[in-house]
Amino acid sequence: MAKIVLDRLAEQFVAGEITETGSQHGNEWARVNPAHWRGVAQFLRDDPVTALNMFIDLTCVDRLGRTPRFDVVLHLYSVDKKHRVRLLAGLPEDDPSVDSVVGLWPGANWFEREAFDLYGVRFLDHPDLRRILMYPEFVGHPLRKDFPKEGRQPLLRRFPGSVDEEPAP
Amino acid sequence: MPFSVYTSKLAQAVNWARKFSLFEYPFVTACCGMEFMASWAPKYDIGRFGAEVPRFSPRQADLLIVVGTITERLGPVLRRIYDQMCEPKWVIAFGVCASTGGFYQNYSAMPGADQVIPVDVYIPGCPPRPEQMLDALLILQERIQKGEGHSQVVLRAERGYVAPDAVIRPDRGEKGGTGR
Repeated sequence: MAKIVLDRLAEQFVAGEITETGSQHGNEWARVNPAHWRGVAQFLRDDPVTALNMFIDLTCVDRLGRTPRFDVVLHLYSVDKKHRVRLLAGLPEDDPSVDSVVGLWPGANWFEREAFDLYGVRFLDHPDLRRILMYPEFVGHPLRKDFPKEGRQPLLRRFPGSVDEEPAP
Repeated sequence: MPFSVYTSKLAQAVNWARKFSLFEYPFVTACCGMEFMASWAPKYDIGRFGAEVPRFSPRQADLLIVVGTITERLGPVLRRIYDQMCEPKWVIAFGVCASTGGFYQNYSAMPGADQVIPVDVYIPGCPPRPEQMLDALLILQERIQKGEGHSQVVLRAERGYVAPDAVIRPDRGEKGGTGR
């Protein structure tokens, strides 16, 4: 497969900015230095050769035990060129933060809120970085691998502390 | 004629009227709703039992049907809807998610709607068949007639209203009844 996007990235960025690339079954991916996350994304959107003008998905992966721990994954597609690319950025455990891409693709807004809600990744310059799925009172980020599976934080219970102590009528 | 006998007859008549004119509030959150809708459709026709009128305001409903998964975030909402209903009121939990949380065993799903509201009849199944909805309605009707619904019991306890001895529903006929 012609690696149009990866070739273009190799022309434009040095190894410290794009740390690793790969291509499998026509799917290209590139690991980006988090400091250059927004710059690379903006280039891919505005460059006439890549023209990745459509935001597909943004999510996060918790690779507990690895350094850096988190991977933010961004999927892009070009409506005109019919090609796509996957960008990854590894973020450290103590301060998982990366630039927001909402300014480039407004559709990324809720996806970044979701990644913030469930993984605790902070997106810098996000216009409205609030929880989107869990309630504001919730403590922690439940899709982290070290979050307890049944770490319920009930808002309301008829009988706090019990499953159901109601005698049958 | 003693006064108590007169009260008894009235309660039986009122409960008889209640059980055949249930106004439902369908609280549908998930896929169980597809099977639940079928119970209204002509093939199963819940209207045969007098419960075919959905009210999309809890203030006009007296039967809350919880259909689908209740999340922790939804708990206070469900409780508020239940509190808005006029008494006496009844609740059916449709499907395992509404009954016990079902296969959800995680941080976000509530283990059953009865964590926040009292439930009168539970329907198992993932999703249940529409026939089970009709069966649950018949069970509930028996309990309404006997004055055993949760809010009926609470009403009696809180307001000192002494319920008369209820009439046991006559056996359902030559097929041997339901054994309930």
